[in-house]
Amino acid sequence: MIGRDILGIEDLSRDDIELILETAERMQEIGNREVKKVPTLRGRTLINLFFEPSTRTQTSFEIAGKRLAADVVNFSVSGSSVTKRETLLDTAKTLDAMDPDAVVVRHKVAGVPHRLAEVLEAPVINAGDGAHEHPSQALLDMLTVKEQKGRIEGLTVTIVGDIAHSRVARSNIYGFTRLGAEVRVAGPPTMLPSAIESLGVKAYTNLREAIEGADVVMALRIQMERLEGACFPSVREYAATFGLDREKLRFAKEDAIVMHPGPVNRGVELAHELADHRPSVILDQVRNGVALRMALLYLVAGRPPKGAPREGAR
Amino acid sequence: MARVLIRGGRVLDPSLDLDDTLDLLIEDGRIAGLGRGLSDDGAEVVDAAGAWVAPGFVDAHAHLREPGQEYKEDLASGGNAAVAGGFTQVACMANTDPVNDDPSVTMYILDRAEKDSPARIRPIAAATRGLKGQVMTEMMALREAGAVAFSDDGATIMDAGVMRRVLQYSKLAGAPVIVHAEDCHLRGAGVVNEGPVSTRLGLPGNPCVAEEVLVARDLRLAAITGAHLHVAHVSTAGAVALIRRAREEGVRVTAEATPHHLTLTDEATTGYDTSTRVAPPLRSARDVDALRQGLAEGVIDVIATDHAPHASYEKEVEFTEAPPGMLGLETALAVVLELVREVRLTPLELIRRLSTNPARLLGLEGGSLAVGASADVVLVDPERVWTYDPSLGFSKSRNSPWAGATLTGRVAATFVAGRLVYQYERGVSLR
Repeated sequence: MIGRDILGIEDLSRDDIELILETAERMQEIGNREVKKVPTLRGRTLINLFFEPSTRTQTSFEIAGKRLAADVVNFSVSGSSVTKRETLLDTAKTLDAMDPDAVVVRHKVAGVPHRLAEVLEAPVINAGDGAHEHPSQALLDMLTVKEQKGRIEGLTVTIVGDIAHSRVARSNIYGFTRLGAEVRVAGPPTMLPSAIESLGVKAYTNLREAIEGADVVMALRIQMERLEGACFPSVREYAATFGLDREKLRFAKEDAIVMHPGPVNRGVELAHELADHRPSVILDQVRNGVALRMALLYLVAGRPPKGAPREGAR
Repeated sequence: MARVLIRGGRVLDPSLDLDDTLDLLIEDGRIAGLGRGLSDDGAEVVDAAGAWVAPGFVDAHAHLREPGQEYKEDLASGGNAAVAGGFTQVACMANTDPVNDDPSVTMYILDRAEKDSPARIRPIAAATRGLKGQVMTEMMALREAGAVAFSDDGATIMDAGVMRRVLQYSKLAGAPVIVHAEDCHLRGAGVVNEGPVSTRLGLPGNPCVAEEVLVARDLRLAAITGAHLHVAHVSTAGAVALIRRAREEGVRVTAEATPHHLTLTDEATTGYDTSTRVAPPLRSARDVDALRQGLAEGVIDVIATDHAPHASYEKEVEFTEAPPGMLGLETALAVVLELVREVRLTPLELIRRLSTNPARLLGLEGGSLAVGASADVVLVDPERVWTYDPSLGFSKSRNSPWAGATLTGRVAATFVAGRLVYQYERGVSLR
């Protein structure tokens, strides 16, 4: 995968995803060492290009790069091209002239990483574009499920919340279905895109039906400031209808796990008592995020050392 | 060049229901003869064997950007792009800066066009002052100054009471009201057709129903006022059905479709190419098929370009930030010839929708090769294969999804009032 852009799970084959997950499993061990650093990407430059603030994802990529000994530079930009009077093409050319070895991009508008990737020589990793995709999040979710359940094939995964505006939902839908899981989505009708089933999932507006027999229940963060009054009448009503708590979780499998991409609105999409302990695996997700991002950086920006698994057909 | 004989072309004149191999004689800017074996005495002769000879096209919907946004287009560049696309008359929308809501702006446009544009420019004036949807414009004065229709175009009049009065009053001015039918609340932030593609791309969807509720509203208002409503760039199957029914009920409604809505689907946006961002958005294959059906039936009677130039730096931004619109004048003919090759339309019916119908809609002379008519004539080579390169075209802008595409069929030459204003190659050779 050297040099390849990671723009979305939609573009990844099952083999690609499995290679990334296996590589991440090998990276996990590095985080447990006394000296949490390997020289794999020494002398390489990684740019974290964030047009939208995201402390968690940015920090995770930064730690991942540093554990691989890359020089990590954070490049934060606020506002759109239009307000800056600089085009995306200008931004891409400017970065390209600095000769990075990988560029991680976060933007509030779908498709921006794709346009930058057309110009940038270095591989681009999409760290979240609008309501489109967030591939590293979905990959770390798959890594966590694999770790917890030992497999993904044949599992039932239910994603609950604002599916319409969620890049996490889209990437997880592509990823889990590609690895053979059954994916269901649930939320109020105002948060379910009318064409969502064209992505190969079943949509539910009844939470109980959606989580009946599920192995994994994933709650999405609600953008309360933006959506209250527009997509749901009140936080209280949302929490009562779609907020996960122990009571509602009874309908899932006994050993079901609860996931959340963070940060959690406690008492809204996830009851306080569910957020901290099993069945919640939220902190495992965060931990796995670093290993997963190390794997991505290694696969696209590294040179394969001797004995490393060979890259896929592409 | 007082006399020109266009010899042996396939003459397509919808106004005469004529499709025949004939000679066409132009004299002193007017059509002087149409028939077989016309004398070439004293005339320059153009050999038109294999070509179509048609009345100049009339574009009922273009944005020529002058005054105010001359960095995108002006009446010279837009007028030259028009004749290169076979358009001898172009109606230009009112969203200039200042807005064409005052007779002085209308007169300014006509004055500049007279000097700069090889095509005849026909200003469309705003229906309300400042395109604000509140106070109607001085339609009588605007009409007298030369406005051919009234429209707030993309700034759709959302107040149905205002729209009703605009339609009523337009009858006094004797010109149609053109609606860009889109309910801005239903559209919201939508930038691509709402459906599987918007779901996949994660871009805000603009649903078909945003167009259909406005079309339904304005058809009812046209029915009760008896005014002439023209629906711009119809894009959905539902809107075609609504217009078909209103026609049957006798409502005075005409409608246009653009080359892009007739041939591209929302799948063209995969890859986030901002040149595919248009308003209304590119729709599904089902909608495209319904538009083609409506065009063939005559429910949609006009093909209009919605030529909307934007500077490249304005389009090289986030998809949601890119201004909507694409170029159209120089590619329209080649793009819609696909419909003839698919046998959805005969060449004569295609020319009717490009020329005769839009001229009639706007109350203009034109769209006819009858003896005595002004010699606005286009020669088309329907088999010509060419590659479109916007940087070699006449428009100042380059925002076209057909950039680099190989197209079939193009305009070989264009005459306005008997004067050769465009030729693709020197083959037509007139001096």
